[in-house]
Amino acid sequence: MAIAERTAGTVSPPSVSVRPGWAGWLSTTDHKRIGIMYLVSAFVFFLIGGIEALLMRIQLGVPDNTFLTPDVYNQMFTMHGTTMIFLGLMPLNVGLGNYIVPLMIGARDMAFPRLNALSIWLFIFGGLMLYVSFFVGGAPNVGWFAYAPLTQKQFAPTAGVDYWIIGIGLTGVASIAGALNFIVTILNMRAPGMTLNRMPLFVWMQLVVAFILIFAFPVLTVATIQLLFDRHFGTRFFLPNLGGDAVLWQHLFWFFGHPEVYILILPTMGIISEVLPTFSRKPIFGYAFVAYSGVAIGFLGFLVWAHHMFAVGLGPLANAFFGAASFLIAVPTGVKIFNWLATMWQGSLNLTTSMLYAIGFISMFIIGGISGITLASPPINVQQTDSYYVVAHMHYVLFGGAIQGIFAGVFYWFPKMTGRMLNERLGKWQFWLMLISFNLTFFPMHLSGNEGMPRRIYTYEAEMGWNLWNLISTIGALLLAVAFLLFLWNVLTSIRRGPIAPADPWDGATLEWAVSSPPPVYNFAVTPRVRSRRPLWDKKYPHLHEANGSHGAPAGRLAGPLDDGFEPETSAAMEPIHLPSPTYAPLIVSVGIMILGFGIIYLGDFGLIAASAMLVGLLIMATGILSWVRISHVDSPYQAH
Amino acid sequence: MSESSMIRPHATTAHHTSLGVDNRKLGVWAFIGSETLFFATLITTYFVFAPVNRARPDFQDPREFLDIELTTVLASILLASSLTMVLALSASKRGDRRWFTTWLLATVGLGLAFIGGQVYEFNHLYHEGLTLSSSLFGTTFFVLTGFHGTHVAIGVIWLLSVFFKVRTYPNSPENAMDVEIAGLYWHFVDLVWVAIFVLVYLI
Ligand code: HEM
Ligand SMILES: [Cu+2]
Repeated sequence: MAIAERTAGTVSPPSVSVRPGWAGWLSTTDHKRIGIMYLVSAFVFFLIGGIEALLMRIQLGVPDNTFLTPDVYNQMFTMHGTTMIFLGLMPLNVGLGNYIVPLMIGARDMAFPRLNALSIWLFIFGGLMLYVSFFVGGAPNVGWFAYAPLTQKQFAPTAGVDYWIIGIGLTGVASIAGALNFIVTILNMRAPGMTLNRMPLFVWMQLVVAFILIFAFPVLTVATIQLLFDRHFGTRFFLPNLGGDAVLWQHLFWFFGHPEVYILILPTMGIISEVLPTFSRKPIFGYAFVAYSGVAIGFLGFLVWAHHMFAVGLGPLANAFFGAASFLIAVPTGVKIFNWLATMWQGSLNLTTSMLYAIGFISMFIIGGISGITLASPPINVQQTDSYYVVAHMHYVLFGGAIQGIFAGVFYWFPKMTGRMLNERLGKWQFWLMLISFNLTFFPMHLSGNEGMPRRIYTYEAEMGWNLWNLISTIGALLLAVAFLLFLWNVLTSIRRGPIAPADPWDGATLEWAVSSPPPVYNFAVTPRVRSRRPLWDKKYPHLHEANGSHGAPAGRLAGPLDDGFEPETSAAMEPIHLPSPTYAPLIVSVGIMILGFGIIYLGDFGLIAASAMLVGLLIMATGILSWVRISHVDSPYQAH
Repeated sequence: MSESSMIRPHATTAHHTSLGVDNRKLGVWAFIGSETLFFATLITTYFVFAPVNRARPDFQDPREFLDIELTTVLASILLASSLTMVLALSASKRGDRRWFTTWLLATVGLGLAFIGGQVYEFNHLYHEGLTLSSSLFGTTFFVLTGFHGTHVAIGVIWLLSVFFKVRTYPNSPENAMDVEIAGLYWHFVDLVWVAIFVLVYLI
């Protein structure tokens, strides 16, 4: 705290002045603003995806329902799955990471602030493009995995699939740009003394995720490009009647798709690893195990993709290999769960909303993990595949796990981001309501699934015996919606009238709690020097540091009362702080790329108009790049001196 | 002058970096890692379909179409451009503007020659009856080499923009790093061509 309140006499303003109001957001390059933009836009998409889920659940609430037509139902589950994964969960994680990671490692910004801005705009435009499809002939209706050959022109004649390809493509470029930024920021911009072994676990997990992203997404990109060519330019990659291979699509898709689930879950595992120690008042148990098991999961994640394809008929040998490899992942995952439980063991637990969500995460994730074990076993999988059992498993992991983990993180860091506290009482109501209604919604799906109810059917007959389970699920889903409304209400009211948040409301251990809430634009007036894994605790409780000295600090260099967790670096203090200038260049470039995307979609059907649109897009993009180069030159630290 | 155009990581980088590597260089390395997967996927697809192509009624034999002489020339052109790129970088580190201009423009010229050669090749193949839709070979071949060609074109634009930036701000100490990372990308694209050349044309 002391550091945050010290005046920062050495800050030099950005070379171009910061714009007020909306212009400030449109031209921002500050990782904290970009993080908030990510969080807000992802939450909006998440709500839309939730509405799609509700529509589906209403349709399935009673047998022989005609609320939605089959085609609309197909659009709903495709858009729901796509939205939740690409536009909801993933960017929520990116948003938290963007805001918190630089603060946690003692950096002033991300390594490439303008690239960061490009990333948020491409993400927003990609999401918008996906939703434009509703208004131009129908949304994609082929599932979020877009299995071939259903996606070919003769089966999916509207432009929905094309919008899916381009929308996913834009968010994919955004993700890769973001991942490169995370990798460089985390590897290269840590405060002095923060070795890899002292990095907060949230940062560790974001690093692993960034590596998964840069290796997994190009494969999806190639697959979708091939699909686009099939649909418009006469290639035959996925057309079996012309020699193409529909299973190749599945291989490529799941080579991306399985690691993708770790992209979704690992950051939340990182959140849990921050929240549990703080509210148990104990250091995390087995730091190194938690960190390296994350690396192991990231690595193994690339070896198991075909466990989504047991029913395809790859042969017993392949199935056995991929089944066994999948079981292997249970090992590092189990290690993590054990470490979390051990962290809470004998700690003095402080059951804040954030902590409740963390505990909720662990318990629901365990259920999801257990149902995953049967799925990873080829003989049982063949029974359960494409049944509601899979839907149950998937939601226990993605919702019971990841979404609850995100809530743990949001309740934890909201005070840091807004300077206001969320209402804890409302938060707890929300938690319990959500936990109960979540289980009401998804637990019965295990049963209806095992009783044979296939997924992706728009209705069923009363005699099938699935009525009760479906009705319970639908009621649960409606209650879930109430829980989300509670949260929305809580955020909207707290942001105005919530109690003012101190710099360190939870008695945290990591660096983000050392600066004011919300942090100043330059994050740290003085670069902190880190001596252990819990720099702020060391500063607040020097005796604790001595008692636990073996965690992170090399022997013989234990911090004493005068030599606390982070002392200002005198040489760094003398250097002026450069802040990146605001610029519209990333926004302009993204607009250009989006117009280019529209052109590509219609190139096959309206050649000339589409080609001119592409040209316009390219020109806008070039203009943006030129002004990007100019501003980056003006901004360069060598100029400012 | 020559001093200011040299790389002085610690003196010129306002913030020190944890790994001691320039941020942008690290970023480009990671990007290249990502691109490796991109091309690996395209090349894998090519090989998955090679045997299927052979068994099809519309079989088009790669050996009938691929002109090894032409592509050997193209490959040499790209290899030479890697060499000129190295020379351009070392000239920029020396602060030698004249040779920097020469070698960089030579690299650009060689890159353009390669693209020209590929356009010629594609056109020729088209008239021989090999198209995106004529066979599995056509499908996989054009998409793979076409995307490589696109990468070369992007590389040419990248090099040109570095060239103009260095000309506009001749004394910026960032110049050497600008050249270096553009060079990294360029070498990568060349290397991918070597892989395609060996795997697709020679084998
Ligand atoms: C608001 C609570 C939610 C409800 C009520 C809900 C409901 C459903 C239902 C009924 C389906 C099955 C569609 C079908 O197979 O016919 C489904 C599919 C799916 N859900 Fe959810 N869901 C919710 C939240 C989430 C979340 C948070 C995620 C992930 C981040 C998610 C990801 C998916 C995916 C990937 C599919 C598969 C879509 C497909 O088959 O193409 N859902 N959801
Ligand atoms: Cu999987």
